[in-house]
Amino acid sequence: MTPELRGFELDGEIGDNAGPAGAHDPVAAVLDVLGQAFGVATEPGAPGSGARQRTWLDTFDWRLNRAGLVLEYEHARRGGRLLLSTDEVPLAEQPVSGWRSSRPRLAEDLPAGPVRDQIVKLASPRALLPMATAAGTVSVTRLLNADGKTVARLIVDQSVVTRGDHAVRLPARLAIAEVRGYPGQARRAARLLADAPGVSPAPQSTFLEALHALGRHPNDYSGGVIADITAQMPASVAVATLLLGLLDTLEQNVDGTLRDIDTEFLHDLRVAVRRTRSAIKLLGDVLPGGLAASYAAEFKWLGDLTTPTRDLDVHLLGYDAMAGQLVAASPADLEPFRVFLTRRRAREVRRLAAGLRSARFRAITDHWRKALVEVRDAGRPARRRGVTAADLAVATTERMFRRVAAQGSAISAASAPDALHDLRKRCKELRYVLEFFAPLHDPVTYRKVIGDLKQLQDCLGAFQDSQVQQEEIHALADAMLAERAAPAATLLAMGEIAAVLALSQAGARADFAERFTRFAGPAGQQRFRALLDRFAQ
Amino acid sequence: MRIYATYNIKGGVGKTTAAVNLAHLSAADGYRTLLWDLDPQGAASFLFRIKPRVKGGGKALIRGTKALDDAIKGTDFENLDLLPADFTYRNMDLLLGDANKKPTRKLAQLLRPLAAEYDHVFLDCPPSISLVSENVMHAADVLLVPLIPTTLSVRTLDQLTEFVGDFTGRRPQIRAFFSMVDRRKRLHQDITAKLSAERSGVAATPIPALSLIERMSVERAPVTAFAPRSQAARAFRALWAELNSDDEKPAGTAAAGS
Repeated sequence: MTPELRGFELDGEIGDNAGPAGAHDPVAAVLDVLGQAFGVATEPGAPGSGARQRTWLDTFDWRLNRAGLVLEYEHARRGGRLLLSTDEVPLAEQPVSGWRSSRPRLAEDLPAGPVRDQIVKLASPRALLPMATAAGTVSVTRLLNADGKTVARLIVDQSVVTRGDHAVRLPARLAIAEVRGYPGQARRAARLLADAPGVSPAPQSTFLEALHALGRHPNDYSGGVIADITAQMPASVAVATLLLGLLDTLEQNVDGTLRDIDTEFLHDLRVAVRRTRSAIKLLGDVLPGGLAASYAAEFKWLGDLTTPTRDLDVHLLGYDAMAGQLVAASPADLEPFRVFLTRRRAREVRRLAAGLRSARFRAITDHWRKALVEVRDAGRPARRRGVTAADLAVATTERMFRRVAAQGSAISAASAPDALHDLRKRCKELRYVLEFFAPLHDPVTYRKVIGDLKQLQDCLGAFQDSQVQQEEIHALADAMLAERAAPAATLLAMGEIAAVLALSQAGARADFAERFTRFAGPAGQQRFRALLDRFAQ
Repeated sequence: MRIYATYNIKGGVGKTTAAVNLAHLSAADGYRTLLWDLDPQGAASFLFRIKPRVKGGGKALIRGTKALDDAIKGTDFENLDLLPADFTYRNMDLLLGDANKKPTRKLAQLLRPLAAEYDHVFLDCPPSISLVSENVMHAADVLLVPLIPTTLSVRTLDQLTEFVGDFTGRRPQIRAFFSMVDRRKRLHQDITAKLSAERSGVAATPIPALSLIERMSVERAPVTAFAPRSQAARAFRALWAELNSDDEKPAGTAAAGS
């Protein structure tokens, strides 16, 4: 599609009873202009005309949008179709039946087709959620040459977005559709349209306009740390701001976790809890009146509440890959293990939901928010006068780096797994501290430091996760035996999985030295120094 | 991609009318359809209000300096495109004769890249026996032969069947149908009834001689579009239903004849 064909907006409302000859109908004015160069004829029943309802879909964390993709479900009387586009240029479409746009659906559960092929890796394991729905009418007018041949079409789309109890009318959208073999005529029509009264180029796509009408914008959720802090901000205000951001993330994920829409709601909720706990531990001293200490236990309870479900999620998310690695056993042998995991997960989800609906949970979040808002709004505290966000960032980050460097250097081939586990926890804390103060750092140096740290964390994570999963497989095998749910073939297959995990753990251990040296060796230390020296300038 | 060609050695027997209406019905059924107006007179192009002109003419298409794809025009109907006629097609025999290898299979070769884009292609051929018609017979899966119900027309069908029967390798299916049938004429009634019953390759549906069909040149549209409920449109729909149900039959057999 050529740029000038992308779309225009029309000022003024198209009256409900406005026919093509309506005196004040802005569309009639547009047709008058086009009529100078073309014959015009309405085309009732043209493909794509008539009532139209569409719902735009994306994952909760906007994975498609961040990849430059827009996914739209067009409702139809029987079934509907999914349309994937980028920058308003169609990429793929696929019919789907039985889709209820109000109900989230996992990308991997879509029927096979070109749209699924293009989005499944990107979106999984997240569900596709309705981000906005627009309903309206589309009318088509044929633009004819001197022979009465259709050489282009004017498409007019008038849509309404429903927000709560009231409907928000979107600006009428106009576009010229090209007829194959007549590109010049379509360009000519687009030029005329651009100069028609009340017509202006559409500043953004219909999707963005629909979101705007709903008071939303793309990427209005991110699982990352978003804190609007500055270097000279009092440390207490910066920490309260940062913790409020984490509380927002935590609360945004509660509903999706309770409805069990996809596993990543719980994952993001847990990360927000972990980050909160680390912030309380490492930065909580700057908050007044022992506030941090009094909530540390509450967030530990919340973290522990979420662990069993997440552990089972990890097993189930990796199940197909695990089953695919079996050599001696067949995937069918492992099936009772999957059934057991699923059953156990359902039980744990009920426990988790009860916890998240409890008065204790509500009290934590409500009181914590109130206390943090008070700190944030109080501004500079009397105590610790002069301690800024920058001071706190330098002191804490430096301390954490030294700790990681010292613990990592002490690890040898003979060290116990616990030593690596402990180092992993320190690395996580360092990562969180770096992310908390990210807005204060030089972005280039920051990215390099984070990149190396991430490599080290991945290695330690692979080591520890393999360890934990092996232990869990043993525990789950015991539980299955106790419930008489473990055929011998399944136990043997689980043993094979445990062996694969042990191999993966050994591989991670072998990688450790190199990754640690890259992060905390002389070059890594120099990079770290450069990161913190910026504050001294 | 299934290729249909309307062919008869005689002119004025309803080839273009059939090609235009059947292509329109194919598109209306959701098949991505292309109609190639191979007749330099450009009647099919005229009926779709498309100028009978191809940049570079037939020479550019046959020599491959212009891809067929680039010459295609969208009609006013969803799923239906047209490759227009050009007056230079009158020399197509000579152009095809210049092809170094397999001059009788040049059209088939040119159409091959369109397989991903179209489900059905209709070739509307000029009346003649020539290298063009031989190319069409090699390219087509189905030869649609309109017959005026006269004894001579039947003889022509036999000759065509024999000619195609001599092809080595792939042969098109021959599907004849009666065209311009005047129910008031006893001879028309007799021949139509007899041949439809006796010959397996002759469609049961006749296309009647109706003034509404002649009106296509005034309306410049398929009768199935401007008068969809008319007797003429119903006849074409019934014929299309017969032909389209043949799709499961293997192509390449000369089905007409005894």
